Amino acid sequence: MTELHKSGAALGEPSAGSPAPTAFLEVRDLKVHFPTDDGLVKSVDGLNFQLEKGKTLGIVGESGSGKSVTSLGIMGLHTAGQYGKRKAQVSGEIWLDGKELLSADPDEVRKLRGRDMAMIFQDPLSALHPYYTIGKQIVEAYRVHHSVDKKTARKRAVEMLDRVGIPQPDKRVDSYPHEFSGGMRQRAMIAMSLVNNPELLIADEPTTALDVTVQAQILDLIRDLQKEFGSAVIIITHDLGVVAELADDILVMYGGRCVERGPAEKVFYEPRHPYTWGLLGSMPRLDRDQTDRLIPVKGSPPSLINIPSGCAFNPRCPYADVPKDDVTRTVRPELQEVGSRHWAACHMSPEQRERIWTEEIAPKL
Amino acid sequence: MSTVTSKRRLTAGAALVVAALMTTTACGGGDDNESGGKSKGAGFNAAFNKVANPSTKKGGTLKMVGKQDLDSADPQRAYYGMAWDFMRFYTRQLVTYDTKPGVASTKLVGDLATGPGEITDGGKTYTYKLRDGLTWEDGSKLTSKDVKYGIERIWATDTITGGPQYLMQTLDPKGEYKGPYKDKSADKLGLKAIETPDDNTIVFKLPKPNGDFEQFLAMPSGSPVKADKDTGAKYTQRPFSSGPYKFETYKPGKSIVLVRNDKWQKASDPVRPALPDKITVTISANLEENDKKLMEGDYDVDLNGTGMTQSGRVTAVQEHKASVDNMQTSFIRYVALVHTAKPLDDVHCRKAVFYATDFAGLQQTRGGEIAGGAIANSALPASVKGHSDYDPYGVLARKGKPDLAKAKDELKQCGQPNGFSTKLTARNNNPGEVDAAEALQEQLGKVGIKIEVDPLDGAEASSITGSPSVVKKRGYGMTMSGWGPDFPTGQGFGQPLWDSRFLADTGNYNESQIKDPQIDKLFDDAIAQTDPVKAGEIYQQIDKRILDQADWMPFIYEKNITWRGDRLTNVYMSDAYNGRYDYVSLGVVK
Amino acid sequence: MAGSPHEGLPATAGPHTVLAYLIRRLFAVVIMVLVVLLATFTIFFMLPKWAGQDVAVLFAGKATGVEQLQGIRIKLGLDDPLLVQFWDFVKGIPMGRDYANGDDVTHCAAPCFGYSFRTEVPVWTTLKDALPVTGALAAGACVLWLLGGVATGVVSALRRGSIWDRAAMTTALAGVSLPIFFTGMVAMGLFVHSFGWVHIADNLSTDDGIGTWFQTLILPWIVLAFLNAAMYARLTRATMLEVLGEDYIRTARSKGLGEGTVITRHALRSAMTPILTVFGLDIGVLLGGAVLTESTFNLPGLGLAAVQAISNKDLPVILGVTLFAALAIAVANLVVDIMYAVIDPRVRLG
Repeated sequence: MTELHKSGAALGEPSAGSPAPTAFLEVRDLKVHFPTDDGLVKSVDGLNFQLEKGKTLGIVGESGSGKSVTSLGIMGLHTAGQYGKRKAQVSGEIWLDGKELLSADPDEVRKLRGRDMAMIFQDPLSALHPYYTIGKQIVEAYRVHHSVDKKTARKRAVEMLDRVGIPQPDKRVDSYPHEFSGGMRQRAMIAMSLVNNPELLIADEPTTALDVTVQAQILDLIRDLQKEFGSAVIIITHDLGVVAELADDILVMYGGRCVERGPAEKVFYEPRHPYTWGLLGSMPRLDRDQTDRLIPVKGSPPSLINIPSGCAFNPRCPYADVPKDDVTRTVRPELQEVGSRHWAACHMSPEQRERIWTEEIAPKL
Repeated sequence: MSTVTSKRRLTAGAALVVAALMTTTACGGGDDNESGGKSKGAGFNAAFNKVANPSTKKGGTLKMVGKQDLDSADPQRAYYGMAWDFMRFYTRQLVTYDTKPGVASTKLVGDLATGPGEITDGGKTYTYKLRDGLTWEDGSKLTSKDVKYGIERIWATDTITGGPQYLMQTLDPKGEYKGPYKDKSADKLGLKAIETPDDNTIVFKLPKPNGDFEQFLAMPSGSPVKADKDTGAKYTQRPFSSGPYKFETYKPGKSIVLVRNDKWQKASDPVRPALPDKITVTISANLEENDKKLMEGDYDVDLNGTGMTQSGRVTAVQEHKASVDNMQTSFIRYVALVHTAKPLDDVHCRKAVFYATDFAGLQQTRGGEIAGGAIANSALPASVKGHSDYDPYGVLARKGKPDLAKAKDELKQCGQPNGFSTKLTARNNNPGEVDAAEALQEQLGKVGIKIEVDPLDGAEASSITGSPSVVKKRGYGMTMSGWGPDFPTGQGFGQPLWDSRFLADTGNYNESQIKDPQIDKLFDDAIAQTDPVKAGEIYQQIDKRILDQADWMPFIYEKNITWRGDRLTNVYMSDAYNGRYDYVSLGVVK
Repeated sequence: MAGSPHEGLPATAGPHTVLAYLIRRLFAVVIMVLVVLLATFTIFFMLPKWAGQDVAVLFAGKATGVEQLQGIRIKLGLDDPLLVQFWDFVKGIPMGRDYANGDDVTHCAAPCFGYSFRTEVPVWTTLKDALPVTGALAAGACVLWLLGGVATGVVSALRRGSIWDRAAMTTALAGVSLPIFFTGMVAMGLFVHSFGWVHIADNLSTDDGIGTWFQTLILPWIVLAFLNAAMYARLTRATMLEVLGEDYIRTARSKGLGEGTVITRHALRSAMTPILTVFGLDIGVLLGGAVLTESTFNLPGLGLAAVQAISNKDLPVILGVTLFAALAIAVANLVVDIMYAVIDPRVRLG
């Protein structure tokens, strides 16, 4: 954890154009905007974070908060294969292992994809091509970055399937995705992602489509593999529970921005943003009574075209009137350090938040 | 979204316009090549009642095109007029139509025979002497027995289907003979009504006189067939030639190639000039395209002789009028007034229809005077003896306009002062017929005669209007159609239409269902008359009777616009072939 | 679930299943063809009869004497009960058949699809002569329209909203809407009559050289391809747009595949399924005779044979062509279904 945050304060607001960072992955002022007929959709609007090898970052938020867009932005998938006139507008900087990706030649970035950074998708059934065998898809992923013959690549595929715990991998390698169970498919997907030993693995809701029992297996697998390969991992989820045990660091997104960020134990035990409280409240926990858990965050996610002025969360925030002068509705709160390597963007004073957390929220969780 | 769609429609529409313009230019472009050649044709109607480009020059290939193939190449099985016209290239008959323009063509002259028959026994015996030097395409001598055998084939009705049966009905009305294929005699010449005392003589014995008997002999069904070359039903695939040309190839529905029959001796055949060395027929489905190719000179003449398409004739008349003839066919467009359909059983109601009809209006729907034809008064066409200017309803006098006052008067007399309702059929495959029927519907509506038009599938029409029971069941009171004669006499034109004895349960053409003893008697008299002029006088009486009784309403003497290829020589229109060019006389410049 | 190793093992259909499937489907094809045949029989024999019309008159033309009509009835076997006629016809296909032609017996060798009493030729001969023309027309046109249509559709999908896309889709709209006799006449007006670039043979036959075939067929190919390519372009564009939005396309890109590979190997592969379905059926229909194209260009294929037979009321030929067309469509259907299984591993034959 200490390595992760060694650049300290810069984490919050590094300015674009700063010298190359030393962190393995550093995202600076990332903006992803989509022009539409109705206006500009600001899916990600100024995001910063860093991640070191061997560490796991959990990005948490509701759907539409910009977390998946962020991951696709890092992968460079907003610009690749965008046909038609209306292309996504991506700005900021993404530094991966000392190389800035947004300004790099798209073909260079393509070569990094799948090799240096790989992705696991939410629904492995739709994310795997239905017409090709698992083996073929893994072989393809391997051979695009390694000039080896098919036989070698296939051996590698079997190896990977074995590694992710698929029984009889030499047989299953010739199966089609639909012939796998959901968990098996996700294992295969992971095998495909890891076939090139990527240094950065992004898992976008890797367990959402799976049974609860399988979810745990998959999460265990990701953790084991991370240890083995030493990759940096970003896990994207709407469910804090998923990252509870996995993530070293957690980033909470709301309305395309980061509202709270810090070491996992801080975010879990000393959260300093009302939205995070809401998320924690809606998190299913095994040690809790079934009846009073899952308090959803009331209201719906903000429109990304007309983001509420002031704090984007203010229309849903029960404490919007705590700060004086209607400041929550007029001034956008910046991230403030609220503890050791812990930031939150809220107009309430740290004392007010600590009081509300300890007195009103924590006891109910 | 809707703006996008409408924009797209607009663009697509624009594309259409451009394409249409391109077609127009295409037509215009074709003419540029011929800019000097617009006067190449011999002149408008140059082949009407005279010979255009007379010539005796031999050689070259006569190229014909047609949408429809011969219905059969077997002389005993063909019934289409164009096939009869064409068959003179490779068949000969005892007598045939004179190779002369216009009405002169209806005269019968000796072909295989030295001349018209010697008629004895009160018109019941016809005797013919054959010419010398008659040969088949293999060089063998053509004898009177071959003629008899050919005619006998008509009797084999389950093999030799499709052709006319006049000879059979005249010579053996009881159908005692069963045809050569069931003939037990060794030479298969068992038909008693025909005698062949020697190879050069043939005698026909008729049970009763028929003044048109020679007309029957002149049809291709009177052609000789060499018994050992008779392949029965398959004879149509390769008929054995007695004429100046023989088959090189015949692909049914596709093409015919005739080449000179070098065994044919010109001296034995005064009728056929036989000018081209070769005759090709191409069957091609696209009429517009055929017209274009005719105008471009790829082909010389339309085999079917049904006139040009609308788009073709516009171009032809406007830009190449000198290459066009306005063919006068022997076809009459008519409306049969069905006597069994009340109140059309009443002559006054029928007369009301005559008076209320706007003939000039119907003429317009058929394409006008030139492309459609002249307004009809007589029920017989001009090429048939008996035709006259008899005009009891004043149709010609009023230039085709109706006389509604008289129509209403007639309606009163038939007890339907407010008019009546009935149904009219028209064939949907005949261009303009449904239009004409709808025009008539509107015209008769003015005097309260309400008509419902029922368009029939043209291919099926004969089985519907030809069946009195179906006509009755469907309540048809009028049927619109067209009719041309099998042979150019009153019998050939009118007997199937008006004689009560031709009223059949099926395949009926007496669509009016006329049962008039006076007409039947007149037909008997006319048929028994061997003098065509006298017969013609009787046919004129029939015509008057039909008109006076308002049985059958002719409205147009049909005309076509037809293309006369610029290469053609010796071209004229023959009344004997319904106004078609006389194919057997045609020649080509090389 | 994850622990059950046998679950979802490659369930490749055994040869038995596939064979059984094929037999079942072929059986269905035969049944379908028989039904079509029976329907055709009914339309041409029974409907007129029920309406009180005399079927023999339909064949007779102007020759409607009593003896002649009776002769036609004997020749065509119209006096036999419908089912007997039907059975005779069906039996003739594998067994061959003898036709009494007066005293003459004409043998129609298997496969006997009937015998035309107009041309006195076995229908199979007519079909055999027409098939190469229709086949060549179909083959050339479908290659053109598949390549042209799919390529246009793909490019349109990738350049959605561009001038190219709009132009292509407008042309496609025109192509779909314009009748073939119009485009055919325009094409002939330009390339045959105005420019004189091509010469169309009068009646294409196997005697003609390959150059003649090519010259004669080039315009029909293009015109027919234009009509169909338009539809394929629209279909391809729509399908491609849908497929390009699929998760597995994103996955393919996330693997670092080049865009070319993504489009061809991943997107187009999926987009081909609906295209092949339509394609298979189109080929089937086309093999049954491209009536309008063949009539416009006077190509002596099955379509023209059908048109001629219908206008001549040549029932045996109508039946033969109908039967063949039904067969072509049924077989095309079967092939499409098999192709499904080949393309999409999720589809099982059985």
